[in-house]
Amino acid sequence: MTTTADEKRLNPLVKIAQSRRLQSLTILGLFVVIFAVFAILSPSSFLSQTNLEGIGLSASQVLILGAGVTFLLIAGGLDLSVGAIIVFSAVVAAKIMAGATAGLEGADRMGWPLWGPVIGGALAGIVVGTLWGVFNGTVIVKTGIPPFIATLASMTVILGLAQVWTNGLNVSGAPSELQTVFGLGRMFGIVPWPIVIAAVVVIVLWIVLANTRFGLRLYAIGANPESARRAGINVGRYTVAVYALVGALAGLVAVIDVARFTTATVNGYSAIALNVITAVVIGGTSLWGGRGGMGGTIIGSLIPATLTSGFVILGLQPFWQNVAVGIVLLLAVAVDQYRRRKLSAQ
Amino acid sequence: MSESETASAAVPALKVTGVTKSYRHVQALRGVDLEVRPAEVHALLGDNGAGKSTLMKILAGAVSHDQGTIEVNGVEQSFAKPADAQAAGIETVYQDLALAPSLSPGENLFLGREIMRKGFLGRLGFVDRKAMSDAAVQQLQQLGARTPTSHVEVEALSGGQRQAVAVARASLWGTALIMLDEPTAALGVAQTTSVLDLIRRLRDERGLSVLLVSHNLPDVFAVADRATVLRLGENVLTTDIADVTSTDLISAMTGGRITPKDPS
Repeated sequence: MTTTADEKRLNPLVKIAQSRRLQSLTILGLFVVIFAVFAILSPSSFLSQTNLEGIGLSASQVLILGAGVTFLLIAGGLDLSVGAIIVFSAVVAAKIMAGATAGLEGADRMGWPLWGPVIGGALAGIVVGTLWGVFNGTVIVKTGIPPFIATLASMTVILGLAQVWTNGLNVSGAPSELQTVFGLGRMFGIVPWPIVIAAVVVIVLWIVLANTRFGLRLYAIGANPESARRAGINVGRYTVAVYALVGALAGLVAVIDVARFTTATVNGYSAIALNVITAVVIGGTSLWGGRGGMGGTIIGSLIPATLTSGFVILGLQPFWQNVAVGIVLLLAVAVDQYRRRKLSAQ
Repeated sequence: MSESETASAAVPALKVTGVTKSYRHVQALRGVDLEVRPAEVHALLGDNGAGKSTLMKILAGAVSHDQGTIEVNGVEQSFAKPADAQAAGIETVYQDLALAPSLSPGENLFLGREIMRKGFLGRLGFVDRKAMSDAAVQQLQQLGARTPTSHVEVEALSGGQRQAVAVARASLWGTALIMLDEPTAALGVAQTTSVLDLIRRLRDERGLSVLLVSHNLPDVFAVADRATVLRLGENVLTTDIADVTSTDLISAMTGGRITPKDPS
């Protein structure tokens, strides 16, 4: 019968297509192996609560941003300006918080007089980040400039503006109460807040990506914008929306860091955009758009932090982490490219 | 002639009258008439530059025409955008199929017109994957297409199976006319046969009209009921397929530069 013949012919190709799941599992396997090796070699230090928390804390930034960048790459976009947006948003948040709480003393330094400006500064940081994202998306949609160049340019502009505004100096003076309660605080006294926020962001966005019309359409847009357009999808609006999402998450990361350090760091974050893209791509999301998922991004975000901490504990140079992650990145992209060629060949 | 009497009795699925279109100084269409009857496969033929693609784009709502009228099921329409043509019941299957390769057939069938979950989740934007997948299975079965439907990405399907998905999508939404642009151009012999079967089913079982834009005369003779030939932006011949040979059609397409073998 033709049915069986067709299905037989299809089978190897189905396997290739489904091997994206295989790639996610491979990455998961790799993570488990790395984790197990460190755990066996140095169980007391590596598996200590402090160390695991440290891994979670240093991965939380990449996780939050990676959740948004997964959306962005699937939709066929790219954003190099994430780090600059973090700096700018952090400056906004820190200036508002520091400025409005600087003179507060004693009994005034509690309740709304203190927390009002803190919440206001946090919201302002997130809103400003979102607006930069909207700016990125709008420039890309309206001018048709490739995202790589457009966000490289906006990165320079945004960072430059933050430096001009602050004379290149860090903005300190966000209330230490914020650091005590939130930045270094724990939910129910157990889990550090940054980890909680990262988990919530990732879970919510995972559900959105996998189950909603918004998520589904991003796959269509990233795979073939023209076919999405013909299906009646407003590709421009979706594109602006994903850049705005990434901008909002950059603003969130900025606020979390201000809370942790009470300071907006102007000269940091230069590598974060690339680190995030690395994590997302290692997790199996395609640089060419249309394919990927959140599960891989979680693992991809955890691997670098795990390697660093493990190397430190074993007394190796932590910089080996860079070497290892670079090699895994190359492998991930090579596999993706191979699969794409294989599928378009038939 | 009884043939023309039946034609005048039924309201045509598509009636194009005197449509013109110019791009700057180039007149792509110089007044085209085209009539597609209900439940017929109508071939649109023409050499490169004859105006086929322009007419297709106009009927798909991708470009707007200058003069002339377009009637769908007897109602005059003007298409400012592709959604207008779709709303009028015209669906187009492009040569590149316009499928999203990393989505399943079900998701592709409903791309842009997704089935949402009921109630609160639906309002939050949650899609009903199972309903879409079930509808895709049903649609593809009705068309007799042997295409795996769920948990398979379109990318993993063969060319013929992808074509089936694209046709299924068009037939799911098209109520008046399905336009197919060179549907067999990229296909092998067996897959071509199954796509031609698909076209017959659209007509015979779904009662849809099909406008088949094709270079491939064997395909046209295999499935089409009638044909219209365009040359240099005008229709030069409209005929029942049964009344002509491929030589006649080629002759009309090329303006008689290749003449039929003639004893005189």
